[in-house]
Amino acid sequence: MQGANEDEEDESRADVSGEIRLPATLEGRTGNVPEKAEIAIVGGGVIGLSIAYHLARRGLTDVVVLERGYLAEGASGRNGGGVRQQWSTEINIRLMQESVELCRRFAVDLGVNVWFRQGGYLFLARNAKETARLEKNIALQNRCGVHTRMLEPKAALDIVPELDLTGIVAASYNPSDGILFPWPFLWGYARQAAAHGVRIFTQTPVGGLEPQASGGYLVHTPRGAVRARRVINACGAWSPRLAELIGVQVPTWPIRHEICSSEPLKPFLRPMVSELSSGLYCSQSMRGEIVGGVSLPGHGSTYRMGSTLEFLATYARRLVRLMPVLGDIKILRQWAGPYDQSPDGNPILGAAPGHPDFFLACGFVGHGFMMAPIIGKLYAEWLTGGTPHEIFVRSPLARFADGSGAHHEKEDFNIG
Amino acid sequence: MAGKIVLCRCEDVTLSDLEHSVSRGYRDIEEVKRYTGFGTGPCQGKECLAVVALQLARITQQHPSAIPPFTSRPPLAPTPLKLLAKDPGAHRFADETDEGED
Ligand SMILES: Cc1cc2nc3c(=O)[nH]c(=O)nc-3n(C[C@H](O)[C@H](O)[C@H](O)COP(=O)(O)OP(=O)(O)OC[C@H]3O[C@@H](n4cnc5c(N)ncnc54)[C@H](O)[C@@H]3O)c2cc1C
Ligand code: FES
Repeated sequence: MQGANEDEEDESRADVSGEIRLPATLEGRTGNVPEKAEIAIVGGGVIGLSIAYHLARRGLTDVVVLERGYLAEGASGRNGGGVRQQWSTEINIRLMQESVELCRRFAVDLGVNVWFRQGGYLFLARNAKETARLEKNIALQNRCGVHTRMLEPKAALDIVPELDLTGIVAASYNPSDGILFPWPFLWGYARQAAAHGVRIFTQTPVGGLEPQASGGYLVHTPRGAVRARRVINACGAWSPRLAELIGVQVPTWPIRHEICSSEPLKPFLRPMVSELSSGLYCSQSMRGEIVGGVSLPGHGSTYRMGSTLEFLATYARRLVRLMPVLGDIKILRQWAGPYDQSPDGNPILGAAPGHPDFFLACGFVGHGFMMAPIIGKLYAEWLTGGTPHEIFVRSPLARFADGSGAHHEKEDFNIG
Repeated sequence: MAGKIVLCRCEDVTLSDLEHSVSRGYRDIEEVKRYTGFGTGPCQGKECLAVVALQLARITQQHPSAIPPFTSRPPLAPTPLKLLAKDPGAHRFADETDEGED
């Protein structure tokens, strides 16, 4: 998979003696964090890195990113790479239209190939209730200019001839949805952010946040403390823990989601295929692997990320039922990652109530990767003096505490 | 030269790919795996992990024992879906209760 860095072929590489001549994206493993920074972003997942990149692009380069482990350690290194505009709320549809545009330009803007491929998303319904759900969403998507359409089951065969249509009553299809390869996305953001002057520290957990009289925080790490005017909590499923350090309650919880990947096959599957009744989804990556998962009920709130045979068996059962020809393909590996589940399925953004210098960027459930391009851009615009986009007005933490959450729109089309 | 020395045959990752990864700062074995793709092929690193770890130790001037293997992922060997599908531990969804064993 040389695609992640193929653009760099012409640059000098480290020579055989191991001497390093390239500017590094990441800070070394030793040495302290800087004494101060305008903004400290905690969490080096796609959300934190996208914000860092966009801040730097807008000239705010006095930024540090502090990541507890290695880059891509959290959900951002473990997800399915699906990018869709088939959502149930207008704001999510519109945001995703913009995100898709940014994904299309990513290779050019960031100089890294993320293998974004718009093969569409095909949702399959097995009963009238699911069909009605798709129809309702499509009406809204069409009003927003997304060309999703309802298909007779037979028409789905034109898109994926391998489907067994037994029990399928309807399908929805939007050709401009797609998939991307998550890892290079992170390298791209990190590299460009660093090139603009952002300093990215891995293996640097934040263990304390000490409010300063003059505003901001002293952010404690094993590599020293950085005095930051503003702190952004981009810790994904671990966000409640970081917020707790200053007594802020973030009402999200970690849910383990498993996923697996097959041996590579010749390209045959264009869209992401997803079945509503089981939360089954699968797509073929640009490397030829079938990557997918299925919903398993009730593992509750957990940070344990082990893999189970129950998952593989359930996924296999559902996938072979839907596409019998896949029976002979082999699964190479399975893994798991956390959804940062929020009560209404939507993210939590903006300053925490009573803590004007502590910003949240969490609660992205199962769609934080596809949202990251547009959220990072809008967040950076706002933090550099722009007027806040509507999403920030709609997504404050306070919606849960002050009861306004009762009127808050739920996103109910989280699949998988 | 380093561009011709293949460390991971499944994914065609060379010594110079590894050096490149390290020069960017991606030097944790997990990061190297993701940055270069080594160890993600059909053998899942069984044939290349030790070689890559050894070269990584050399380039980063660490003792090889300081480099832990990356997390190995189940299943132990490539397993066909139709075999897994027969496992009795599979969860049954509401839409398949009437189908019985098949
Ligand atoms: C199996 C699976 C499939 C998915 N499929 C899709 C999909 O198809 N499409 C999609 O858009 N999304 C998908 N998602 C969701 C998506 O991966 C996440 O929403 C997104 O990656 C969240 O990014 P993040 O940066 O908020 O979190 P993360 O990537 O988890 O990053 C948070 C980082 O914070 C670090 N951290 C935590 N605590 C501290 C601390 N105290 N100090 C320093 N660092 C800390 C963690 O190590 C971690 O690296 C999927 C998720 C899973 C698990
Ligand atoms: S040789 Fe590296 S994965 Fe097989």
